[in-house]
Amino acid sequence: MGDGQKRFYYWAMAPAVLLVVVFFVLPLLQVLWLSVSEPTLGLQNYAALIDNPLLHRVWLNTIRVCALTTLIALTAGYPVAYAMAQVGEQHRTLMIFCIVLTFWLSVLIRAFAWVMILRTEGVLNSALLCLGLVDQPVRLVRNEIGVLIGMAHYMLPIAVLPMYSSMQAIPRTYVDAARGLGARAWQTFFWVYLPLSKPGIIAASVLVFIFSLGFFITPAILGGGRVVMIAEYIRVSFDETLRWGYATMLASTLLIALSLGLALVARTINVQKVFGA
Amino acid sequence: MGDDDNKAARAASHSLSLDKLTKRYGQQTAIESVTMNVVRGKFVTLLGPSGSGKTTILMVVAGFITPSSGRILLDERDITQLAPEHRNFGMVFQGYALFPHMTVEENVWFPLRVRGISLVGAQKRVREILDLVQLGGLAGRLPGELSGGQQQRVALARALVFQPDLMLLDEPLSALDKRLRADLQWEISALHRRLGSTFINVTHDQEEALSMSDDIVILREGRVEQSGNPSTLYERPATRFVASFLGESNFIRGQVSNIESDRFRYTVQDRSFLQAGEAAPKEPDGSVLVALRPEKISLAAEPTNLTNSVEGRIADFKYFGSTFYLQVATKLLGRIMVKTPAASATFNPSIDAQVWLGWSPDASVVVKAS
Repeated sequence: MGDGQKRFYYWAMAPAVLLVVVFFVLPLLQVLWLSVSEPTLGLQNYAALIDNPLLHRVWLNTIRVCALTTLIALTAGYPVAYAMAQVGEQHRTLMIFCIVLTFWLSVLIRAFAWVMILRTEGVLNSALLCLGLVDQPVRLVRNEIGVLIGMAHYMLPIAVLPMYSSMQAIPRTYVDAARGLGARAWQTFFWVYLPLSKPGIIAASVLVFIFSLGFFITPAILGGGRVVMIAEYIRVSFDETLRWGYATMLASTLLIALSLGLALVARTINVQKVFGA
Repeated sequence: MGDDDNKAARAASHSLSLDKLTKRYGQQTAIESVTMNVVRGKFVTLLGPSGSGKTTILMVVAGFITPSSGRILLDERDITQLAPEHRNFGMVFQGYALFPHMTVEENVWFPLRVRGISLVGAQKRVREILDLVQLGGLAGRLPGELSGGQQQRVALARALVFQPDLMLLDEPLSALDKRLRADLQWEISALHRRLGSTFINVTHDQEEALSMSDDIVILREGRVEQSGNPSTLYERPATRFVASFLGESNFIRGQVSNIESDRFRYTVQDRSFLQAGEAAPKEPDGSVLVALRPEKISLAAEPTNLTNSVEGRIADFKYFGSTFYLQVATKLLGRIMVKTPAASATFNPSIDAQVWLGWSPDASVVVKAS
């Protein structure tokens, strides 16, 4: 490639770079700046991290909900990924299609759909009551259970795909070798297959956990205001209580915590691989 | 292990019979009515080019492929429907299939672990077998940290540690370089002698087959072409395929002209050659195909007094240190390959030099043309 051509490509990238700088980097810096300058210059907003019990509760809530979501999505997703790695080409295409299909529905629609299904007069409770399995409707929504169901459902594809791609790389001969050496199905699975699929499990955990941290529509709708997570708390601080300094502090904290977490994880796994780069 | 142990081990080893095994995939036939007997304690090699069905047979024996028809008998027991994990066979996979997340020790422990033996309980046996394959010092390493030859030894140790009824080897040496391959051939043979168990080996490498086996089964397009001990197969190939696949061969087609009790004459154009044995199998047109090994031809710079002789010119030659390998262009028989020991060569070959080739009536053998 000649120098002139190279220069052309650099210029061709300019609009995109400009867009990112003006609409992403600058606002981000502004958020960081606001968090230490609003209402007055200093770290007083960050003091809340230490002495505000409400904030502690929000953070603990967030981490618990995200951790449980990760656990549920991975547990439910593992068999799906496993099945995808075992079936033939045609079935696999169909399965991938079904999994990606849910991505095309807006989060909002999905959250409301879950409310319809889970509410006390909803389909699920009516069915349970009709079958006589319960005497009274079970509270499945407007609490943490509802939030977990909704979030785990949303996260399922994000859990399945990295696990599937890691399982696909496990050569069939390892399973054959284990069986040939006398291992029963469960021994082959727990001692050979599961450890070999560990990279996929780690990748899926990281992705699901990080995505979960930023959730606010699903918890807001399915939690009915009872389960406040950090993203929702940030929105309320911006929109309703109008404490911009406090809100930007929360946002900055989330950003920094995420970056630190990723950096920690990156020491043990290849993060670029997790994100498909 | 002493001599008595050896006998005990041999008595504990098993024989295997395959009875009309057939495997079809849709229209495709992978193996067709394969029948063979593996005698207890023997080292048997399935030899054939790719697509000959040798790996399919091994996988059927191992239990990974269910045959379309036919039976597998271990001693007198029918094991055709038995799952691989219940067959108690040791298998060395192509590429070894060592578990990458386990150390050498854990890999070798694995077959004992699945049989309910703890690592502590297995320690002695694992150590012994690792010493046997000369890997005692590497127990704590991961497979990825080992050389190809070392991985191969771990695979052997892992397959042997639980005293399997049968050892199955799927192209065990194909990934190794030539020198290492030769070393491991000696080692595997020694292991086999020492343990006395029955080994079935799959390879496409004819030298490996010849040097390691008690018996060789040559496969072609899913069928058994010929089987027997290595020297019989080499000296008395039944077909053109065997003669050219196991070692190298020149082929001469001639018209049978004069049959005596234990020999006959055949002619190529106007030249007549003498061949020991019967003029069988004879082709429908009355001709015979004679296979002649390159190393059984004597080479001279003057006309020879051997019974069969033909003259030609050296078209090309190579020097391999121990042998000369020559291509001799003859008017009568076309190109003839000749191998002659360099140490006893009576002259130095040069391109275009006139030479006389000679061979005795029992140096060549009549083979089936197809």
